[in-house]
Amino acid sequence: MNPTGEVIGDTMVKIAVLVKQVPDTNSKIQISNDRVDLSSVKMVMSPFDEFAVENALLHKEAVGGTVTAITVGGNSADKVLKDAKAIGVDEIVRLDCTEYMDSNAFQTVISGVISQDGYEVVYCGKSSADTGSGSTGPGVAEKLGWASVSNVTDIQFTDGMTVTVPAEGGNAIINVSAPLVVSCDKGSIKVRKPNVKGIMMAKRAQVDVKSVSPNPSNVTVVSQTMPADKPAGKKFEGGQSAETVVQLLREEANII
Amino acid sequence: MTDTVVIAEINKGKVSPTTNELISAANNLGSNCTLVIPCTDSSLADQASNISGVGKIIAAKSSVFTNYDASGWAQALDSVAPQGIIVTAASAQSKDLAARIAARRNVSVVQDVISIDGTTLSTPIYSGKAIEKVAINGNVVVSIRPNVFTGVSNDGSCDIQVIDASGDLATAVKELVERASTRLDVSEANIIISGGRGMGSPDNFSHLEAIADTLGAAVGASRAAVDTWDDIPHSMQVGQTGKTVNPNLYIAVGISGAIQHLAGMRSSKYIVAINKDADAPIFQYADYGIVSTWEEALPVLSSALSNMLS
Repeated sequence: MNPTGEVIGDTMVKIAVLVKQVPDTNSKIQISNDRVDLSSVKMVMSPFDEFAVENALLHKEAVGGTVTAITVGGNSADKVLKDAKAIGVDEIVRLDCTEYMDSNAFQTVISGVISQDGYEVVYCGKSSADTGSGSTGPGVAEKLGWASVSNVTDIQFTDGMTVTVPAEGGNAIINVSAPLVVSCDKGSIKVRKPNVKGIMMAKRAQVDVKSVSPNPSNVTVVSQTMPADKPAGKKFEGGQSAETVVQLLREEANII
Repeated sequence: MTDTVVIAEINKGKVSPTTNELISAANNLGSNCTLVIPCTDSSLADQASNISGVGKIIAAKSSVFTNYDASGWAQALDSVAPQGIIVTAASAQSKDLAARIAARRNVSVVQDVISIDGTTLSTPIYSGKAIEKVAINGNVVVSIRPNVFTGVSNDGSCDIQVIDASGDLATAVKELVERASTRLDVSEANIIISGGRGMGSPDNFSHLEAIADTLGAAVGASRAAVDTWDDIPHSMQVGQTGKTVNPNLYIAVGISGAIQHLAGMRSSKYIVAINKDADAPIFQYADYGIVSTWEEALPVLSSALSNMLS
């Protein structure tokens, strides 16, 4: 591959990376009218999606190809796409939809676009910081009939593609090949930061907005509330009280 | 009532006691529970023959279950599991499997369920900073948080039907690398002792490791500790950008309780906090708080635990 990203040879791979806008993980969650109120929180790219973007870019740099960042949402979700563009993705696509979708409806929409537009490898975060469910990667893969690997902490692109995932008692190193969905954990890679040129390019970049028509959802949200407060615990002064606490863990809590 | 199917949780080659909790949850969601046990050798299923609360046990036997492969496992389990609401554990691997099985059956998945009231399920969102209630309509796949439901007892008796399940592997394990340490990972442990930046240096985590070994616990860390010290790997990080855990006992040492750390551990059954700052936010979540430096408290904790457990 030459420095402009053009490929020598015929291994061009069409890569998609799924990104989602979520409240900054340092922000407090407020509720109004039984729904989470996000009007005053800072929205950022979901933390694990940053690793998905980085891995997608590393993949492109290793074998050549293009990276397209895809998100779902209204106009306000363009910001997360611009953030991805500033880091170095080639294209940015928003699936225009602000209504609630359950996992089945959501994955059907995503997998539809992935298959229609001919992507071969999809990267996403292992879970998003809002729902924490981690369903999108494996769900989209199943709908496409593709392989999926989740909680990936390391990827090697030499000699095919191998990924490292946690396995019982350690890690498994797995040989994978496209078509494939990779859900990324943090691992040891550092994510690149946008430079001035990237930020300027992102400002000018056009978001490719696609309309979608999701299926009806069979799972619907009833309410969002704050968790019940925990009753006040017992607090002791001084290191010697650790002995008392050990007694309580046995006699009161019954857990050791 | 809807029929239910529980996919047994397997841990270290055994049917994990979490499975009993899944059956209990399934019986809240519907009736006529079928327990499906993925195995390479059907003798694994024998240990579950006295599990109560199930109408049928299927040992789904296949070589595909040797190593985890999401695609192959979903295919094999789908081929033997009856229709109905499917219940799995909310471990990292089983959540992945739950999502694949749901997509395969063209239904939705609800992950990390912590309570069930008819067809209304509660799950933590924003890593537990809020709770979402959802209503389900028709069949779904749900994953259940461990240590939340009281497990069914082991005084039943049920015949085990062995069915050959087939699935195609979509990935190939090249190598299994065992952890250098025999200590558990935070995602697997029932007891976790975590250190924060208050530990002063990564070398001081050895004090936490010693206590972890007495308790059979895992050692965790706050994001501040992971970000500050290269020797503390991200795999140890508990919190919204690390691992969400809910062990029986969580001991936080030198952790002030940043909002994103609290989000990852606040649902632990019991929380002990050791911190020299009496106003640290972690104390609001602690069942037992010790206002002290770790240097003073840990030797006392260590010897009290050793005396009790030896």
